[in-house]
Amino acid sequence: MEVERYPMIPSNEIDAAEGLMINSMMAASQHPIPDPDSWLDEELSRNVLITTVDYVLDWARSRSVFPLMFGLACCAFEMIGTAASRFDIARFGMDIFRWSPRQADLMIVAGTLTWKMAPAVKLVYEQMAEPKWVIAMGQCTISGGPFRESYSVVPGINRIVPVDVYVPGCPPRPEGLLHGIRKIHEKIVKESIQKA
Amino acid sequence: MAIKTEPFILNMGPQHPSTHGVFRMRVTLDGEVVVDLEPVIGYLHRGIEKLGETRTYTQIIPLTDRLDYVASMTNNLAYVLAVEKLTGIEIPERGEYLRIIMAETMRISSHLMAVGFFLNDLGAMMTPVLYMWREREKLLDLYEMVCGQRLTYNYMRIGGVSHDVPEEFLPALKKWVAEMPRFIDEYDQLLSQNEILLARTKGVCILPKETAVNIAASGPVLRASGVKWDLRKADPYSIYDRFDFEIPVGAVGDNYDRYWVRMQEMRQSVCILEQAIAQLPEGEVCAKVPQLLRPPVGEVYGHIEAPKGELGFYLVSDNSIAPYRFHIRPPTLINLTALKDMVVGWKVADLIITFGSIDVCLGEIDR
Amino acid sequence: MTTALNCEQVAKKIAKAVPGAVVAADKASVVAKSESLYQVAEFLKNTPAFDFDYLTNLTAVDYMDYFEVVYHLISLKHNHSLVLKTRCRDRDKPVVPSVVSLWRSADFQEREIYDLMGISFDGHPNLKRLLLWEGFVGHPLRRDYL
Repeated sequence: MEVERYPMIPSNEIDAAEGLMINSMMAASQHPIPDPDSWLDEELSRNVLITTVDYVLDWARSRSVFPLMFGLACCAFEMIGTAASRFDIARFGMDIFRWSPRQADLMIVAGTLTWKMAPAVKLVYEQMAEPKWVIAMGQCTISGGPFRESYSVVPGINRIVPVDVYVPGCPPRPEGLLHGIRKIHEKIVKESIQKA
Repeated sequence: MAIKTEPFILNMGPQHPSTHGVFRMRVTLDGEVVVDLEPVIGYLHRGIEKLGETRTYTQIIPLTDRLDYVASMTNNLAYVLAVEKLTGIEIPERGEYLRIIMAETMRISSHLMAVGFFLNDLGAMMTPVLYMWREREKLLDLYEMVCGQRLTYNYMRIGGVSHDVPEEFLPALKKWVAEMPRFIDEYDQLLSQNEILLARTKGVCILPKETAVNIAASGPVLRASGVKWDLRKADPYSIYDRFDFEIPVGAVGDNYDRYWVRMQEMRQSVCILEQAIAQLPEGEVCAKVPQLLRPPVGEVYGHIEAPKGELGFYLVSDNSIAPYRFHIRPPTLINLTALKDMVVGWKVADLIITFGSIDVCLGEIDR
Repeated sequence: MTTALNCEQVAKKIAKAVPGAVVAADKASVVAKSESLYQVAEFLKNTPAFDFDYLTNLTAVDYMDYFEVVYHLISLKHNHSLVLKTRCRDRDKPVVPSVVSLWRSADFQEREIYDLMGISFDGHPNLKRLLLWEGFVGHPLRRDYL
């Protein structure tokens, strides 16, 4: 059987293209993206009329959020620990961690983000369908953590994606992550009231 | 009829279920068979070596925790042993025994994770992981009793350990060690004679002995290929020469041998733990060391047998409070050189499990 | 116990086999000239008395006047170890011969030194950046970076 080999893009060119993308992303992300925290504003919710159907839909949406597994470093192990049988994230309706961004609504970024990985995070975030939320888990995602002064670490993922809930800790205990998830549930219910 | 085929480059990108972290592979496939493989790393490169040059010797200890985050105390131990070799500090007996207890429990925890995720890659979705996690959670409770943390402990200090264990620790540890052989037997019974495991891992992706030595593989990967080299016996550090244990060695070097070596090493670790708990003396746990340590001018290479292989620290000191050069010898980066050799000629599914059997940890590869 | 070989005696044996290669030898290490590094490494690997088949660690240090590349070698059969060093004085384009054809563990470690320190290895099949991305300016682990 004849095998014809077509010329493939050499890996040097792929690397150079990736490098250009990373450099341009570094230049473009000098300031943090503002947090979408208008749902905390109490006044707004009192001025808006909502229907019972809306409320039930939002309640149902918040009780079955599908998280996207985005464990990068050490915090990933506490995230897996939250999913394991002792701290059981399944009782909040989130037991299947989706691997594909098309099927997920919550992205839990756990671990240090470096500039080399940043385009991948942006791409995955853009592939998720609306409505979507982001939890920043651990010190490294909030501000760069113990590696802030390093030459290759992004000082906080809010330079790349807008973040809804920050969970501090190095790594945060599974109870801390569950508290963050409860805050996301509150946000999902209140945010839709505000948008109506 | 001539069928036209062409090779296809598949990018198993940084975010992928089976890459154990942010690891990327560019795999050239001819149908389903792997023809070439190029690993691309650096997605978690945090610059720990450069950061180490601006911190004091004690401030580097939390940074070393985040290298191999599955077994953090072994990283602490390797670093602290290297500094003590440079400065010649003597460690009190109780401190030595506590270090051995922590190192061996970490070895069991890391191997439980390695075997659990290896089976996850084979297709047994999360069930072995949850079983192994059950033991690990009991162990994490013990660690929380000692140093307050579940994952990144920062428990070792230059000269010993940071503080003594509370009274409840030893009875709880004895209970855990007494139950452990029964659980390892349970996992063995469920897994080792399982038809699917045997069919998919026996004779698959063999790493021959000469290649393993030439690429300087270490840890279970080297021992599965038939080389009896374990730093705890060949170059004993701390007080390992006082304990009586064996080194399991594989026959062929296929995926099954790498899994089998890890299961046997867990049994040997339980054996060492029983001896260490029986011999634990009373006394101080840490030597008197100045807060801003200034080692003499010189250099040292200190290495230990971490669960994943030979973890080494190369320190150059110029008599100031921070090291002049701080280099980490990562076991899994060197073991990764073997991946291409092992996988060429096999299928994509075999690639996934072979990668799982090397047991990488990206924090250590990228530093 | 892994015995560290007496470097002065090893240096004498190397000087007999590869004349002019040894620059200095103290108690801890043997320093070889970078041009004859490959011959010295080959001698250490192939001589039955030494039999250094395991390259444990390959790293580089930036002393401001020169770069020093350090090789930690172990023999599994005889259970002894040796530290081999070589120096390179050129700051703009430092070049050292590669030992990948003798010990394949040098593959990724030499690429990492090229990436972070800027030292090129002559004879390496695939010398490109490993941990940082193409297009990153500079070599971070040098003492004069930032």
